Amino acid sequence: MSAAIPLSTQLINLCASVILLLAFAMLAQRRVMPLINLFAYQGLTLAASTLVVAFTTHQAHLYYSAGLTLGLKGILLPWILHRLVRRLYVKWDVESLINIPTTMLVGIGLVIIAFNVAQPISLLSHTISRGTLGIALATVMLAFLMMITRTKAIPQVVGFLAMENGLFLAATSATYGMPMVVELGIALDVLVGAIILGVFFFQIREQFDSLDIRHLERLKEH
Amino acid sequence: MSISGLLAQLFAIALALFLAPLLTGWVNQCRAWFQNRTAPPLLQPYYMLHKLFHKDVVIAHGASALFRFAPFIVFGCMLLAAAIVPTLSTDLPFAPAADTIALVGVFGLARIFISLAAMDVGTSFGSLGGRREMLIGFLAEPALLMVIFTTAMISQSTSVATIVETLAHRDFVIYPSLAFAGIAFTFVSLAENARVPVDNPATHLELTMIHEAMILEYSGRHLALIEWASSLKLYTYSCLGLALFFPWGIAQGDDFLGLLMAIPLLLLKLATGGVALALIETVNAKMRIFRAPEFLGTAFLLAVLGLLVRLLLETRV
Repeated sequence: MSAAIPLSTQLINLCASVILLLAFAMLAQRRVMPLINLFAYQGLTLAASTLVVAFTTHQAHLYYSAGLTLGLKGILLPWILHRLVRRLYVKWDVESLINIPTTMLVGIGLVIIAFNVAQPISLLSHTISRGTLGIALATVMLAFLMMITRTKAIPQVVGFLAMENGLFLAATSATYGMPMVVELGIALDVLVGAIILGVFFFQIREQFDSLDIRHLERLKEH
Repeated sequence: MSISGLLAQLFAIALALFLAPLLTGWVNQCRAWFQNRTAPPLLQPYYMLHKLFHKDVVIAHGASALFRFAPFIVFGCMLLAAAIVPTLSTDLPFAPAADTIALVGVFGLARIFISLAAMDVGTSFGSLGGRREMLIGFLAEPALLMVIFTTAMISQSTSVATIVETLAHRDFVIYPSLAFAGIAFTFVSLAENARVPVDNPATHLELTMIHEAMILEYSGRHLALIEWASSLKLYTYSCLGLALFFPWGIAQGDDFLGLLMAIPLLLLKLATGGVALALIETVNAKMRIFRAPEFLGTAFLLAVLGLLVRLLLETRV
């Protein structure tokens, strides 16, 4: 019964639930600026949950990855995105291919699938946070869904970064995190990826006068 | 059933009748303060009720008996609901009469009668309000049920008193599922009580009103009963929310001292809840009526997520 769960696991579960909640909020968000803020909150919650895992299991390298998450996903990337949005003047509403309630319904379906798939896998693991594996998988799939349904470039990038959040949560919950080298590599990749995509935004806009990536589907100039 | 239990029950009902208009007055006062307006007196709802009870009733020519009976039925439903929800003590003799699912049904019954009465006179505003109310209601009810199922799964019972007993008197455990359920419940109670993101209780602007459109034809003591019933509804929803999500301090059994201790705590919790409600109403703008399904759909999804999280995290680990 739930009374037997230790407090640290309860805290991790709470953080994971907040991450899932934020993933849904991002899916439902229509505007760009609040979307980036939600992504920042997700990064902060992820850092907090990693910190709890690090503190409970006394794994020194998890402290570093918590700090890395906080600095990179909680502060630096949202700041870069905020600057990009201001420089590009794209504060208007996000367009999505299917309407938001339908997206949310699809999202619930994805969560059910993720929970079912993760249940047997999480039983194989012996970490204190294995219960959150399902949530991590659900976060990845919801971020995927966001990338699929949005037509503008910036929400797609936010979806891509949120997917990385989900993967990180999965790594922490199933195996207490990846080796530090791998983690540093991924963090650097994400940062470089965000910067390169930022450059792409300017190129796309210069080419098409819009950040709508549907323009990219045409191969020839008309 | 014991005599003290019965006394506690009667006291809880009397308290509900007395506190409900006060809570409405408090919310209105806070809202005025937040919006930089001069606040109406705290006792304004009592003055309103007093005035309305002393006025003559005017009834439209085409009105049937239903129109005259509806306020009494609505008031009775709300009173029963207030009696079932534990406010001070969980030892309620009335509680076995209806569990949480029946409680949702009681709210539904009141909704049906007030909508029928609104359509009965045949004015366009009445039927417009009635239809909108049914639209909101049929979206809010499943979300409310899902919230209640989440809490019922934790305590393995659908009786409100048992749920509150289980949640209030056990070791401190963080339930992530209750966080989801709590947010969903907030959405639902805003919609059900005709509060700002869905409906504005202070306006009589024709095209946006829902609740006010339904009661446009009522006057005198009928209107007083309906106003009192809607304050009771707000009070009952607040108490249900407090009982499900902040249940500490509710007395168990017929413990007189615990009952006395519970009163100031309840007042404090209700006052805080009133401030929170006023704050929500101030920082949000009223949404278009066609956004309401999306709003309540979100509430339903959050409640379902709460159930799923409950299944994943809190049972089999």
